Amino acid sequence: MGLSVQNLWLIPLLPLVAAAIGALTPRTGRTLAAGAAILAMSFSFLLSCGALVTALANPATHATSNFAWFDLGMGALRLGWLLDPLTAFMCVMVTFVGTLIFIFSTGYMHEDANAKQFFCFLSLFASAMLGVIVANSLLLLFVSWELVGLASYLLIGFWFHKPEAAGAAKKAFITTRIGDLGLLLGMLWLYDSTGSLLFYDGGHGVLEAGALSALTAHTALGGFALSTIIGLLIFCGAVGKSGQFPLHVWLPDAMEGPTPVSALIHAATMVAAGVFLIARVYPLMSADQALAHVPFHALTVVAFIGAITALMGALIAVAQNDIKRILAFSTVSQLGYMMLAIGVGSWVAAIFHLLTHAFFKALLFLGAGSVIHAAHHEQDIRSLGGLRSHMKVTFATFAIGMMALAGVPFLFSGFWSKEGILHAAHEWDVSRVPLLFGLAAVVLTAFYMTRLVAETFFGKARSHASEHAHESPASMTLPLVVLAVCAIALGFLGTPAFPWLQAKLLGETEVLGHSLLAGSGLMMLSVVLVALGLGTGWAIYGRVTREKSTSPDPLAARFPGVIAFLGARMKFDELYAATVFKLNAATATFADVLDRFVWDGAVRFLARLGEFAGVVNREADEDGLNAGFDAGSESLRGTGKAYSRAQTGDAHGYLRIIAIGFVVLVLIMMLGGNR
Amino acid sequence: MTALQLCLVFSSALFCVGLVGALARSNTILVLLGIELMLNAANINFIAFWRFSPSPAPATGVMFVIFSIAVAAAEAAVGLALVIAVYRHQKNIRLQEANRLKG
Repeated sequence: MGLSVQNLWLIPLLPLVAAAIGALTPRTGRTLAAGAAILAMSFSFLLSCGALVTALANPATHATSNFAWFDLGMGALRLGWLLDPLTAFMCVMVTFVGTLIFIFSTGYMHEDANAKQFFCFLSLFASAMLGVIVANSLLLLFVSWELVGLASYLLIGFWFHKPEAAGAAKKAFITTRIGDLGLLLGMLWLYDSTGSLLFYDGGHGVLEAGALSALTAHTALGGFALSTIIGLLIFCGAVGKSGQFPLHVWLPDAMEGPTPVSALIHAATMVAAGVFLIARVYPLMSADQALAHVPFHALTVVAFIGAITALMGALIAVAQNDIKRILAFSTVSQLGYMMLAIGVGSWVAAIFHLLTHAFFKALLFLGAGSVIHAAHHEQDIRSLGGLRSHMKVTFATFAIGMMALAGVPFLFSGFWSKEGILHAAHEWDVSRVPLLFGLAAVVLTAFYMTRLVAETFFGKARSHASEHAHESPASMTLPLVVLAVCAIALGFLGTPAFPWLQAKLLGETEVLGHSLLAGSGLMMLSVVLVALGLGTGWAIYGRVTREKSTSPDPLAARFPGVIAFLGARMKFDELYAATVFKLNAATATFADVLDRFVWDGAVRFLARLGEFAGVVNREADEDGLNAGFDAGSESLRGTGKAYSRAQTGDAHGYLRIIAIGFVVLVLIMMLGGNR
Repeated sequence: MTALQLCLVFSSALFCVGLVGALARSNTILVLLGIELMLNAANINFIAFWRFSPSPAPATGVMFVIFSIAVAAAEAAVGLALVIAVYRHQKNIRLQEANRLKG
């Protein structure tokens, strides 16, 4: 039943085969492409379950299977697969959510002419994402990481005829590339100082004691340990991919892609890859914790970035009007929570939240997709309303997702995982700021989700589309129901009374429930905060619902300046346009001036010099040497003319001549024999 | 057929695909793609001759190919920049129309 680590590569391979099938079928073969994609994902899911069985049998071991990719100079570049509970849980989550989203897509993309390409890209994405998870080498992880970025680019720009979608795809690709540059530098530095990129390698891997002690013993610039600098460079990659402040700007724009893409890539899996990466290299990130003389530790930076992101995302989400943008900023905020958890030293809490978030956020996005599909691509919550009676299944499942995200106590998974993070932040003794930011974000999350549900599903229909909305087909509602069940059930894998998931991730075979009472004060506080957020949200948006789609927002009427600032996403895009873009444009102008005037000027000057010398020469020659050369020049001119006729300017013509010449050369060599 | 011969047949096939692509396509980007294919065919030859040479120990073949890949990357960047420049002038990227520099 179990899947051994030697066969782990089968999990990413199956979706890759499906992607190849999708790429090679003609445009009409959408059923084949979709079927192959769903089948491959389902089989990958079964294999992942097998891997989970294997991993849970020995949760404390990191089973690896390494091989040499190629020999180079003194050593070999080695890659490998890694199987531990972290890998196994992530694989199961990605394949399970992925399968459901693929099924949902068959309904959602029903009318799209390019559907087969869509499934091809989705499979490619799934394959690359699974590659990130099973990699036992930072290099293999990086390769898959970039492939994930490529798939994300292709899928955001899937409707590339829309200029916004094409722009959003470019923005996502370039913004994440900035972070990836840091990751690449960190990787090279790590290879330079340890000579290996394998995570675990029987004592020689970079995450094992030998390499870590060498990295911490080394002091690099500014009094930092080498491990701190490399850790922070790797964290740059995670900041880009996981939409953390200050590189979060691409994630909300990525919502231009089809909704299943938003659900799979920009909520459940890809954006979580950054969190996964930091959890994977946690031994490296935390290696400097024991050092007292460094200015600050790598994890402190992670905690603060996470806390800022969590609060900022929640604040901006309050003032958005597009159903998908609200969810996008909520994703930014939740990813901030996960980073915060890693930063305060509890990567298991982060992974628990990652897993529960993947399910309920995929549920919310698919629910939003169902709404958008039913309301003929109306995404503005001000123009929706009253959908509760038209779309019963969507409403019920969306409400479950909303309560899981808001952290409604005791029944919903989001409550337990968020509680774990707040608990970890509470125990952190460096600073109180992350805990306070996290608690503030709890209120805001409950508030904006209540607003979203109240505006979308309650009140009366405020547009023609939402008046005539009807429930989506079974291929779309079935995944919603399954995800809703998971959004509730998954929480019980890691409650404080029975933290099974956390124990397995940490590699402890005994499950010990730490006392419920230990964090009960904090728990009561966050229950109160959730109630506060839900209550305020309902009081402002639910009790009195909007009359027309143009009627003013009650909150915006009260605080116009604040809401306008948040609605413009805290003006981050404008800030970057005024700084980074300007700098880039200035550099380009400088290079242009350099090229046009300085270098060109030098060339022109030389040319003038030559011309001048020519004039002098001519004056000297005109009378003396002229006659004899005239005839020679005339014949040269004739030859030149003949040759210039060959210069047709037709590149194909040149290529053809080169090719013919090549064939003639080969013939000469073959017929002439060996000399 | 020996392994070396297989590699050579494969690389010749790749070269021919690239050549046909470069000759027959009018889209400049596809012509560039064809040229990349031909370059890679040459790279495969490098690797094959190195791998099956009597003493493949020093990594000469690999080094050559890494240089060639780096040059190809630079060439692709320049080529694509040229394509964009051509597009700005003639509003399409048909290669046969890009003949204004003729003598």
